[in-house]
Amino acid sequence: MFDLLFDPFSMGFMRRALAGCIALSLAGPPLGVFLVLRRMSLTTDVLQHGILPGIALGAVFGGMSLLAMGAGGLVAGLAVTLLAGWLARVTAGREDSQLAAVTLIALAAGVAMVSLGRGIDLTHLLFGSVLAVDDAALVLMAGVASVALLGLAVIWRPLILQSFDPGFLDALGGRGAVWHLGFMALVVACVVGGFAALGTLMSVGLMMLPAVAARHWAASLAGQVRVAVGVALASSYGGLLVSYYADIPAGPAIVLAAGLVWVAGVLVGRHDSLLGTLRRG
Amino acid sequence: MIRLEDVGCRYRQAWAVEAVSGGFAPGSLTAVVGPNGAGKTTLLRAIAGVHPVAAGRIDRGGLAANAIALLPQASRMDRSFPLSCADVVALGAWPRMGAFAALKAGDARRVLAALARVGLADVGDRLVGALSVGQFQRLLWARLLVQDAPVLLLDEPVAGVDVASEAIFQDMLAEWQREGRTVIAVLHDLDLVLRRFPQTLLLARRMIAWGETGQVLSAANRQRARLSLDPWDAALLDAS
Repeated sequence: MFDLLFDPFSMGFMRRALAGCIALSLAGPPLGVFLVLRRMSLTTDVLQHGILPGIALGAVFGGMSLLAMGAGGLVAGLAVTLLAGWLARVTAGREDSQLAAVTLIALAAGVAMVSLGRGIDLTHLLFGSVLAVDDAALVLMAGVASVALLGLAVIWRPLILQSFDPGFLDALGGRGAVWHLGFMALVVACVVGGFAALGTLMSVGLMMLPAVAARHWAASLAGQVRVAVGVALASSYGGLLVSYYADIPAGPAIVLAAGLVWVAGVLVGRHDSLLGTLRRG
Repeated sequence: MIRLEDVGCRYRQAWAVEAVSGGFAPGSLTAVVGPNGAGKTTLLRAIAGVHPVAAGRIDRGGLAANAIALLPQASRMDRSFPLSCADVVALGAWPRMGAFAALKAGDARRVLAALARVGLADVGDRLVGALSVGQFQRLLWARLLVQDAPVLLLDEPVAGVDVASEAIFQDMLAEWQREGRTVIAVLHDLDLVLRRFPQTLLLARRMIAWGETGQVLSAANRQRARLSLDPWDAALLDAS
């Protein structure tokens, strides 16, 4: 039994994948908690599709170089984020149909571009592969996670105030838009950082699902962040094991593991769970 | 002295406020009254510097942004955000601690004193989501106390509070007046305005009258305000 849990990680590629996912688990979920609290969960949906054309473009022009794909993803992600923000402003918050259009176009464009570039494996790009986590990918994941974690620490307080009471921050001359854009840049960086191991479609999962699950287990902001990181770490480990034994891509395996914790939270969690509702009757 | 010269503001495409001129003397208490949609909140936010002025100008007499404290309508905030009550009140110290510095010991004491002052001494550790509408409004007063600004802009500060809480607010108002702070408050309760605010600005998108409260709220002026706006909204002005 013990061997089943630890043997896979005697292999270099599994250890690298685990190290990378640990880095992303420390940085992504705290950002996810803020995304949930700021009611921006759907923006990440747009983001995960939006980075695909950028990554595909990077792959077509830069070969399968991680740097080229990462840079392409970063630029595309930031562009989509700005577009989503602009749509929210011009439609006065009724941007959902516009965002659906952006999502569909981005996905279609990304898939079309991938098929133009010979030798790019679409499944790996969309859903990730532990085999793709070479040293360069590990450095990318750890680097991005460090920047995201430090960046969030810097903007922590303004971000809280901007989420809770934007008018008050404005009245103090607090440059709300700067903190918002800085925050979104960290989110984009984290999603792009995770694409090698988790895939573009699943990278958001490690950020969002633990954060959504955490709401059922903790009430305070700090509590939710701690729970979300814990859920992400456990899901990364469990998901990689399942990925190894069941031979499925790492992204879906890790996201499904986090999904299980969320389902448990919905059913029997401490806050807003089915069990709690039944007990109150 | 805060001076308004022919001030106009737009909300989306339309003019929300037009042609408002006058001044708020240091240490004065001024109520801003008018029917719904009269532009009261927009004007207050323009004075605070958070709503653009589309016509005319506002001269804040060299006041720094930090010298003006804005109490926004509670409905404009996300009350489900998981912050503790003490944390929300501590945000009032923002002008002194900024985005990064730690809360100083003096401000930490101010937070506790402010919570006690508004009758919320025992809820400091609770999340804001657990408070009632009236309690949340009082929490915002506490934040205002910690801000300790010479100019206070209050947008419907007594909305949703009970009689006992309103008495606390009136005490604070008297204290602010003694301390020489300038208070500008958007209010719907004309009874409170008549009793506590020596100055009043009557607004119905355009300025109807500005000056001594008794004269401003004359029957003739109220009639003019009523005719300037939608009859349904204007009926509220006569309700008190």
